[in-house]
Amino acid sequence: MPFIPHTERDIAAMLSTIGVADTEALFDEIPAALRIDGLHKIPAGMDEAAVTRLMRDRAAKDAGVVSFIGAGAYEHHIPAAVWDLVTRGEFYSAYTPYQAEASQGTLQVIYEYQSIMANLTGLDISNASLYDGATAFAEACLMAVRSNRKVNSRKILVSCSVHPVYRAVARHLTVGQGIELVEINCRDGQTELAALDGLAAEEFAAVCLQQPTFLGTLDDVDTLTDWAHAQQMIVIAICNPMSLAVLRPPGEWGAAGADIACGEGQPFGIPVASGGPYFGYLVCRQQMVRQMPGRIVGRTVDIDGKPGFTLTLQAREQHIRRSKATSNICTNQGLMVTAATIYLSLLGSDGLRRTALQCHANTKLLVEKLSESDAATVMFEPFFHEAVLQFDRPVGPLIEALGQQGILAGYDLSADYPELGNALLVCATEMRTEEEIAKYATVLKAVMSSSKVA
Amino acid sequence: MLEPIIFELSAPGRRAGGHAPAKPPAADFPAQFLRREEPLLPEVSELQVVRHFTRLSQQNYSIDTQFYPLGSCTMKYNPRVCNRLAMLPEFVERHPLAATEYGQGFLECMYELQDMLKAVTGMTAISLTPMAGAQAEFAGVTMLRAYHDARGDSERREIIVPDAAHGTNPATASMCGCTVVEIPTRADGDVDLDALRNAVGPATAGIMLTNPSTLGIFERQIIEIADIVHKAGGLLYYDGANLNAILGRALPADMGFDVVHLNLHKTFATPHGGGGPGSGVVAVNERLAPFLPVPIVGRDGDQYVWLSAADRPRSIGRLSTFMGNAGILLRAFVYMRLLGADGMRRVSEFATLNANYLMKRLQTAGFEVSFAERRASHEFIVSLKLITNETGISAMDFAKALLDRGFHAPTTYFPQLVAECLLIEPTETEARQELDAFVAALVEIRDLAYSSPDTIKAAPITTPVRRLDDVRAVRQLDVVWQPDSESSA
Repeated sequence: MPFIPHTERDIAAMLSTIGVADTEALFDEIPAALRIDGLHKIPAGMDEAAVTRLMRDRAAKDAGVVSFIGAGAYEHHIPAAVWDLVTRGEFYSAYTPYQAEASQGTLQVIYEYQSIMANLTGLDISNASLYDGATAFAEACLMAVRSNRKVNSRKILVSCSVHPVYRAVARHLTVGQGIELVEINCRDGQTELAALDGLAAEEFAAVCLQQPTFLGTLDDVDTLTDWAHAQQMIVIAICNPMSLAVLRPPGEWGAAGADIACGEGQPFGIPVASGGPYFGYLVCRQQMVRQMPGRIVGRTVDIDGKPGFTLTLQAREQHIRRSKATSNICTNQGLMVTAATIYLSLLGSDGLRRTALQCHANTKLLVEKLSESDAATVMFEPFFHEAVLQFDRPVGPLIEALGQQGILAGYDLSADYPELGNALLVCATEMRTEEEIAKYATVLKAVMSSSKVA
Repeated sequence: MLEPIIFELSAPGRRAGGHAPAKPPAADFPAQFLRREEPLLPEVSELQVVRHFTRLSQQNYSIDTQFYPLGSCTMKYNPRVCNRLAMLPEFVERHPLAATEYGQGFLECMYELQDMLKAVTGMTAISLTPMAGAQAEFAGVTMLRAYHDARGDSERREIIVPDAAHGTNPATASMCGCTVVEIPTRADGDVDLDALRNAVGPATAGIMLTNPSTLGIFERQIIEIADIVHKAGGLLYYDGANLNAILGRALPADMGFDVVHLNLHKTFATPHGGGGPGSGVVAVNERLAPFLPVPIVGRDGDQYVWLSAADRPRSIGRLSTFMGNAGILLRAFVYMRLLGADGMRRVSEFATLNANYLMKRLQTAGFEVSFAERRASHEFIVSLKLITNETGISAMDFAKALLDRGFHAPTTYFPQLVAECLLIEPTETEARQELDAFVAALVEIRDLAYSSPDTIKAAPITTPVRRLDDVRAVRQLDVVWQPDSESSA
């Protein structure tokens, strides 16, 4: 019996200790009307070799494509040591560190993670992570409304350059608490400063800016941050953390810096893997810490005065505060944060910077090659490691045709940003080779010449 | 030995090397966008990294190294093959936004997983997207609201929760803009039906229940409860934390539940990972089906496709950037295919056998078991109140003394209804010897509580650190390493 250690002798002895004739008797408190005799729609069990064949066959169906898609998930090199260490049973099969003395490994990893994230973002305090980028953003919105004591409002301004799914998820997760997200228009791939003039700014608790924007461009975050602070708003920054190796950290935006930073941690050692598990990071100013959702690890001392780690500020959390907690979140993404901490330790500041710059260079090369055909032009500059190309025809059929040649061409922006026309968001991380980029350009040319302008 | 903080291993200019491009061009962004100072990150060699994190891992208790009877958490063996197969290169390299033509293998697994999870709950529709139990609870309660609102019944904003419920239940209700109405539990552990009848009314959105309950017993009046709530116009939410106890024995749908969440990291053996990632799928019956969060895997001819908000206009929407914790879902899929129908029934059979055996052995050894006249489900409660009164040794002291004896502690002080309690869940993957050794350890600790209480109060002494000063952790908040913070520690 897979994973069941009991022998016939064990079973007989255990039943006799309990004083029942058979295991069926152990379910006698379930009303007879509710008891079923089996799971008839579930297939029979398989042995490990058969399951392995099944999964290998299925995995093989998904092979053979090269991706130039980013849009919130980025393929980076993951050093072999990362997942070798992460999947050690002592990390993989431990639970939430409630028994701190027996969980110092997990706790110290989280403390190191928190330290790195605070340094990267230029802010004070990181939590132990949330589910993913979109939910971290939603929690940041809730936290901003709770924290802003100067503006008593449940309305939040969000730039249209914020990831469209983040905006949607935040709306779904906050509507029950009466939060309203109001969008600021974009122009030329940036938050439109002129659009701010018409706003009754005193009505908003916070403003949310993404840098680099969803379109890969760089926003004038200094001006926006200073404007928002002048209106007593809290500034929420959403950043691809990889970019922070090169770009100005949220803590240094404008005169006073953003107040909360959040985003998707996936670029740090986590495979794109169909969308998860990833982790969301959330970092804030010291004075907001009691409004922070999720777990936080602190360093303290034991009764002998020896340094050690423990979950702290737990009075914010659901297992203590129940209906008055800052959030219902119960887990963090412990294993993913472990991967990120190992990844960042291996890369260091220098490696992270090199990786970020190579991504930027590769995307520049890609844009250059793809623009060689007159049918595609880059729309906005400067960009970090994603760029918008405008085509003279709808991009849907192009994506399809390139896919058939093994190239995932990018993300079609027409549904989220119809005002951009036939626009495609492309990304070439450090993983894409010059050959792959050249092949994309060649195949695109062939596809363009064989298809008509719509 | 104390493991240094990774920053303390750093030396300026040291590089692990080989993991980043060698010669990237210089940054060509306008100066206003550039970082002024390098971030402080560790500067260490690859061997230092491997040693550091290996040593840290060795400071953890885990299922792979210890009996981990943490009640309500189902700490069963996580089969290695589930991880191995979920990490096949084609799966981990698949971009979430790749067109479905380039993900048919993955989507087929997800489609079949949806079907299997519908079968084990008896529900008719499902979404795999919630990323943890708490997020699935959020989805469930939001669907209850959406259902009532769609019928023009928008006064229904009260969620009834038994006093023994998990903390996430009331926290979720608040997050969804609902108010919480708590109802008491009777002395025999079942819900107080009179209190329930008084609690329901035109404001009732629904009730959240765990069955078997957090008290480790099956709620015998579940059919009556469903009847009372439904007649009042409310719906029933099933918190699947304890599904392991009844897997293949009874279906939440038959009990009258309208929405169910499952914790795949409990019943279906995906890793707990030091606190996550979890996975909390949410399944519903016909009337709630239109409201399920998206995306959902559908089928169009012989192709597997994503169903999004465009296909499901009444959906409560997306809850994650992509489709939730896909890799965890793959692990659960592998586990379910390994076990099959019979293997799943064996899960509840042996989880229940182990719990009842352990309960009986502890009872015979003189421990006070709560709800002793009831059948244990997959877990049960020991109350140490008498021992605490007589010796001053608390449930927390027992927990720490167990650590010294090579066991992770059970859940302590939950459920809050029972004073000085241990909630013990052995799971089906533990052998009888392990259970016997655990009994012996508890007996030894109890004996010492009477004969030599100071030795128990001093525990743990074998762990990397001893009892920690939680008050100092809050008052002198140290949550980010500072280069000069060493001397203070």
